[in-house]
Amino acid sequence: METNGTAYTAKDFSSDQDVRWCPGCGDYSILKQMQTVLPELGINRKDLVFISGIGCSSRFPYYMNSYGMHSIHGRAPAVASGLKAANPDLSVWIITGDGDGLSIGGNHLIHALRRNLDVNILLFNNEIYGLTKGQYSPTSELGKYTKSSPLGSIDHPFNPLALALGAEATFVARTVDRDPIHLREVLKRAHQHKGTSYVEIYQNCNVFNDGAFELWTDKRQKGAHSLILEQGKPLVYDGGKKGLRLDGIRPQIVDMDNDYSESDLWVHDEKDSVKAHILSRFFDKDPTPETFPRPFGILYSEDRFTYETAMQNQMDKALDLQGKGDLDDLISGKNTWTVE
Amino acid sequence: MTREEKRTKVAIHFAGDSGDGIQLAGSQFTLTTALQGNDLSTFPDFPAEIRAPIGTVAGVSGFQINFGSEEINTPGSNPDVLVAMNAAAFKKNIRNLKKGGVLIANEAGFDKRNLRLAHMDESVNPLDELHSSDYQLYRIDVTRLNREALDGLELGMKEKDRSRNMFALGFVYWLYHRNLDPTLQFLSSKFKSKPVVLEANIRALKKGYHYGETIEAITRYRVEGAKLQPGTYRNIVGNQALGMGLIAASQKAGLDLFYAGYPITPASDILHFLARHKNFGIKTFQAEDEIAAITASIGASFGGALGVTATSGPGMALKGEAMGLSVMLELPLVIVNVQRGGPSTGLPTKTEQADLLQAVYGRNGEAPIPVIAAQSASDCFFAAYEATRIAVEHMTPVILLSDGYIANGAEPWRFPKSADLEKIHVPYFKGKEDYLPYRRNEKLVRSWVLPGQEGLEHRIGGLEKEKESGNVSYDPDNHEEMVKIRAERISLIANEYPALKRVQGPEQGRVLVLGWGSTFGAIKVAVRNALAEGMLVSQLHLRHIFPFPNDLKDVLSDYDTVLIPELNNGQLSKLIRQEYDTRVIALNKIKGLPFGADEILKKIGEVHGD
Repeated sequence: METNGTAYTAKDFSSDQDVRWCPGCGDYSILKQMQTVLPELGINRKDLVFISGIGCSSRFPYYMNSYGMHSIHGRAPAVASGLKAANPDLSVWIITGDGDGLSIGGNHLIHALRRNLDVNILLFNNEIYGLTKGQYSPTSELGKYTKSSPLGSIDHPFNPLALALGAEATFVARTVDRDPIHLREVLKRAHQHKGTSYVEIYQNCNVFNDGAFELWTDKRQKGAHSLILEQGKPLVYDGGKKGLRLDGIRPQIVDMDNDYSESDLWVHDEKDSVKAHILSRFFDKDPTPETFPRPFGILYSEDRFTYETAMQNQMDKALDLQGKGDLDDLISGKNTWTVE
Repeated sequence: MTREEKRTKVAIHFAGDSGDGIQLAGSQFTLTTALQGNDLSTFPDFPAEIRAPIGTVAGVSGFQINFGSEEINTPGSNPDVLVAMNAAAFKKNIRNLKKGGVLIANEAGFDKRNLRLAHMDESVNPLDELHSSDYQLYRIDVTRLNREALDGLELGMKEKDRSRNMFALGFVYWLYHRNLDPTLQFLSSKFKSKPVVLEANIRALKKGYHYGETIEAITRYRVEGAKLQPGTYRNIVGNQALGMGLIAASQKAGLDLFYAGYPITPASDILHFLARHKNFGIKTFQAEDEIAAITASIGASFGGALGVTATSGPGMALKGEAMGLSVMLELPLVIVNVQRGGPSTGLPTKTEQADLLQAVYGRNGEAPIPVIAAQSASDCFFAAYEATRIAVEHMTPVILLSDGYIANGAEPWRFPKSADLEKIHVPYFKGKEDYLPYRRNEKLVRSWVLPGQEGLEHRIGGLEKEKESGNVSYDPDNHEEMVKIRAERISLIANEYPALKRVQGPEQGRVLVLGWGSTFGAIKVAVRNALAEGMLVSQLHLRHIFPFPNDLKDVLSDYDTVLIPELNNGQLSKLIRQEYDTRVIALNKIKGLPFGADEILKKIGEVHGD
């Protein structure tokens, strides 16, 4: 998977196809950051594969100059699982969206997460069905007015990170299209993680759901609402004015200018699954400056054996126990008789 | 006084509760009989429930074997021998037993409780009611005799009773001069770690065998070995043969086999078989659902493996969209459908051929996929091999149809040597650059580049693609052309089929019996008998159903009428009528059971006329 001294630039990862997302779509930023960060990742282009399902985000592989497959709705994690199992040397990236990954393909997503193949799942979450022109998605908020919910959605939305943790994911992160530096950093970490990396990317659909993530992208508001996670650092936000501490397992927002110093705060540890679960619950449906901020960064990262390694180990074990398979022995079996 | 008689063929039906070990007894009788050189055919028939209510008719598990010194092609319709372990097994099967046949009844299975559970009159033991002239009846208290035989062993009553099947089997072995050694060897290996259970089973088997000598005025039967074609044989079960065919083909093609499946009756045994053979470099993947099974296989094929998935009808329905994707991607993929009774959940453990039209047509858009069918248990090997050959050499998904009957059935097999299997050529791209993913050779096959190859990076997908470049294209003319190219490239496969060969019968005649799949054996017997009666009838059996063989038209036109027996409501008939101008008569059976040869013979007689 490592380069043979090939020095790539972002341009090397750009295909000759015209990009056909709507002008202003958040997908452009994600594509650009992917292409920008790839030269830093040390992946040989010949080993790079993008697998997608169906939806706006799933056009992504066509725009990458690498191997790729635009498969069918919701099935990218299953396609990618077969691909990675067949050839573990490849760097496999799954591109999906909130409809593709959490609705029609929800089953494949959770099973991919528990199996833990060494692949990366980028879930572009725009909280809407874009390519079918604006129906509510499994991440749309309750009461959302769309073409298919003229009186407001009555579907309680998924919490995509809590879902992933519940599905035994080994790497769970969130980032946002409008923060290129953070996005690149998370992509890099996702690549480095050995196992299935699950990255939710807040992505603005400026046509059908414009401003869905404004609280976390708008310069004036995002400080009060975003919590940027850094390993080993205390949880502070809102320009250092606020912090988070744990009272037992109950999180608490504290004002830093009063009685609390950084040493009182909860220190982020992405290896701690209990803390990761608490962070994943910072998911207020009506965020205000008084509610918990939305965390961005790596909530959880765990070293666990990968599926393809376990698969290879079993094949090695079978070789040890049974010896290399001989076709004629197999076909004849142990009990034969001869007719003269 | 024991008498001896010779028989050229015998059909035995073992029946008992689904927990009685009937399938095990049946498969042991099969192995033993195969090793004694008889030709044979088997038909296991068991309920969908794992432990259906004890003693009920619904819970009866059956295993029929037909064996002989002559050629055997079906498990036989009416058995010569019925082994009934309880009243329910008796009730379900007695009307099939031939008049004058042997009935071996476990006396303990006919007590009031068992009669009640079988919904029979508790006040009358049906065995008392039988006319002695109708059957040779052996009333044996298997339960009691078996317990006595195991006296002194450190086993509970329930555990002792578990070896009753071996007692009954032992008796049948004695009656038909079978050799005990293969089963003794089998038991020794199966119960290696449980010496007491092993001892119990061995004692039960031997006690049953010797029991025969204690009965007066009994007739033993000899069935000599069959004069099969010279060669080395083994016994084979369909799903096993299918798994072997896949392994053989992947090895001959030089591809790693990647098999993904979701548990479903009656296809799961293929997954079990392959999972035991990882030493052939096979990767097996138990997927989260049917769709994941096929899409993971597609992913594996994209990565350069031979992707295979197997399922049954309901799973085929779920895989439909992904099959369409594989048509667009033009990657090798083998999709096995071990058919069962449908629609919906239908009859999970019963056999049927009702997924033929689904295989040929069941996808959105113009999505042609070659369809081939296996005709017997051992033929599953060659059918799997041929399916893989077409898939790889033509870069296409292929649907392979088997069914519950041949999947679980067994027969002797004069197996091939691997060196004699034809080579499978993989159409890899040979160049270093200028790769156009959808540029085609003279057979309209695109060439294959695997991720990991330098400088040949490309994208494929389910959207319509521009001719040659494979780039996304919505151009109307391009779409029409691509649809026609995909159709033509599949129709060209028929050019490679060997010339059609009638199984038997004259080259011209009144009736051609045309079959596909598991009806082969029953049709063969029926046509053979019809020929013996002087009828002008021939048999033709289709391996390739889509596309049809190019010479099928000519063969059909050599007969006045084409008779098509199928275990469905007339699906091949429909295809033949639609494609050819020929007189078709359908013979349909949709009971979850295979044809009996007599049913087909009767119809041939009607169609043929005097």
